Amino acid sequence: MGVRELSCSLAMAEALKEEMEQDETIFIIGEDLTDHGGIFGQFRGLPQQFPDRIIDAPISETSIVGTGIGAALTGMRPLVDMHFADFVTTAMDEIVNQMAKIRYMSGGQAKLTLVLWAPDGGCINAAAQHSQCLESWFVHTPGLKVVVPYEPADVKGLLKAAIRDDDPVIFFQHKRLFNWTGPVTEEHYVTPLGKGKVKRRGTDITILTYSRMTYECMEAARELAKKGVQAEVIDLRTLCPLDFDLIARSVKKTHHAMVVHEACLTGGFGAEIAARIGEELYDHLAGPVVRVGAKDVPIPFSPVMEKYVLPQITDILTGVDRALKR
Amino acid sequence: MKISKDLKTDLYKRMVRQRTFEDETTKIFAGGEMPGFLHLSQGEDAVAAGTCANLDLEDAIYTTHRGHGCIIAKGANLKPMMAELFGRIDGCCKGRAGSMHFADVKTGCMGSNGIVGEGMRLAIGTAFAQKYKKTKNVTAVFFGEGATGTGAFHESFNMAATLKLPVIFVCSINLYAQMTHKSVHIAVENVADRAAGYGAPGVTIDGNDVELVYSEVAKAVKHARDGKGPYLIECKTYRHHGHFEGDPCNYRPEGELEKWLKKDPIVLYEKKLKKEGVLDVKAMQTIREATQKEIDEAVAFARKSPQPDVEELYKDIFA
Ligand SMILES: Cc1ncc(C[n+]2csc(CCOP(=O)(O)OP(=O)(O)O)c2C)c(N)n1
Repeated sequence: MGVRELSCSLAMAEALKEEMEQDETIFIIGEDLTDHGGIFGQFRGLPQQFPDRIIDAPISETSIVGTGIGAALTGMRPLVDMHFADFVTTAMDEIVNQMAKIRYMSGGQAKLTLVLWAPDGGCINAAAQHSQCLESWFVHTPGLKVVVPYEPADVKGLLKAAIRDDDPVIFFQHKRLFNWTGPVTEEHYVTPLGKGKVKRRGTDITILTYSRMTYECMEAARELAKKGVQAEVIDLRTLCPLDFDLIARSVKKTHHAMVVHEACLTGGFGAEIAARIGEELYDHLAGPVVRVGAKDVPIPFSPVMEKYVLPQITDILTGVDRALKR
Repeated sequence: MKISKDLKTDLYKRMVRQRTFEDETTKIFAGGEMPGFLHLSQGEDAVAAGTCANLDLEDAIYTTHRGHGCIIAKGANLKPMMAELFGRIDGCCKGRAGSMHFADVKTGCMGSNGIVGEGMRLAIGTAFAQKYKKTKNVTAVFFGEGATGTGAFHESFNMAATLKLPVIFVCSINLYAQMTHKSVHIAVENVADRAAGYGAPGVTIDGNDVELVYSEVAKAVKHARDGKGPYLIECKTYRHHGHFEGDPCNYRPEGELEKWLKKDPIVLYEKKLKKEGVLDVKAMQTIREATQKEIDEAVAFARKSPQPDVEELYKDIFA
């Protein structure tokens, strides 16, 4: 079987097609899905192939998520399209008080087999209410799994795993990556949740990242190599469950760690990783665990300001200097 | 309702200002000079003009992502508005808002919103304060038919009705919520019928007839100023452009746009004003030219305005 170049959008559509063909309990609900196959083309072809299973709902994230939860409680496997991750705010009760807690509260009677799919991130000059990375809110909510893929092959494999998973999964995909392409095998496969991936081997520092920042970190690693610093770049892929074993193995080798994410710095997921590395791997560290994230402001509209707010390769490079205490 | 010649001219001028401004942004955006997303309201001009002509400076409005027309009709200064669309420091929000989050509080433009429906929730709070302070001012909130699917619409309308708050809910039915036709997500023909369920008046009108919009909103404003609570006005209209600039509009049936262009509120009004002898072709031409000049000046102002200084970044997060 061959390997094709697919965009993240097409990889996603293919994952859904394969899953929907073999499991009739899967349906998709959200806003504006059928006319053009989702705002990023992520459902292309599906409305034609599964006309009753991809549903245009009124603009009510509250009830769209509620519908997903209620249907999941009967054994269905809905994928709920949030349109933009920023709109989770209008369904926070459903996500935080219902979706995350029902299984536990019911003493394990219920399975919450749904995927809440949410395109996130900035760099499209869409300003403060359409540009956020909100993953840390949900990692901070026990009961939710959180997936943050970077490349098309992972979008496909992880989405399939998320759909098959018996727990609620929040699946973030960066808006900027939808038309980015990458190799995807024609073979059917599932990528397990909770496994990070070493994107580049190195011995001098471990750079932990996910989603769009994986690209920036890889670019930074190439720059570092020119200066003789070999960075190991790890794409975490899922934040909950977190592959801390992989992190630990790498940090024990490099003795330096850094976390890079697009979400704003304070209270971001980087803080959690840095704290855990500090607690559990203290003896292996030869320098501070450095975090790089967006500046702590709402994302401004002005492209000049937005660029300044979001982490750039230069920020990663100066972060490495701080980590290596150079 | 008798509408004076002066008022007729005023309604016409408002619409021309809104339209000329938005047509200019269409060109500039297509030229790649304007960042981000642009949701325009050409075609829905009469809803904004007819509503805002009833409002005083101290009255408040809340707008949506498609808010330029309403904000201009309410009286915002075009120069800082245009600069905001360019993301520049002299923009009314210092380049932080862009089109979708525009606010110009001194002219009562309390905020556009990127979150569909949210304006309605904030509007009831502003109306609460107006009532509490015994000001006799009112709040008008604009929204599209798509927003009537949100809890925000139902909850806010109910709350405004129970607390008898001076809010005028102005629903602009432009047939599509993004790419989805009204019939897909609304099960009633007229959303104004829903008002009765909350114990408040609701009317459905032709949103392309600016005088009709004016006189219906006048009743609603009086109702609100008299302390009788909210009022829902449903204006049937159409957006000439796509959901956003660049939208190929494949979802529109053939001939639909052409049909609505014939009902362009400005074209209709020009015919009416000519027939009534309020303005002749020359007078209209003069108004259009003066407006174009004002907008050219706004564009020149915006182009000259510097980019925001990154040193300013942390200002205004907190008071
Ligand atoms: C809470 C929320 N959900 C979804 C969106 C995405 N969205 C932006 S505009 C829009 C359609 C709005 O339709 P309508 O209210 O009729 O206003 P119109 O665009 O027609 O003026 C949608 C779904 C959003 N901005 N906010």
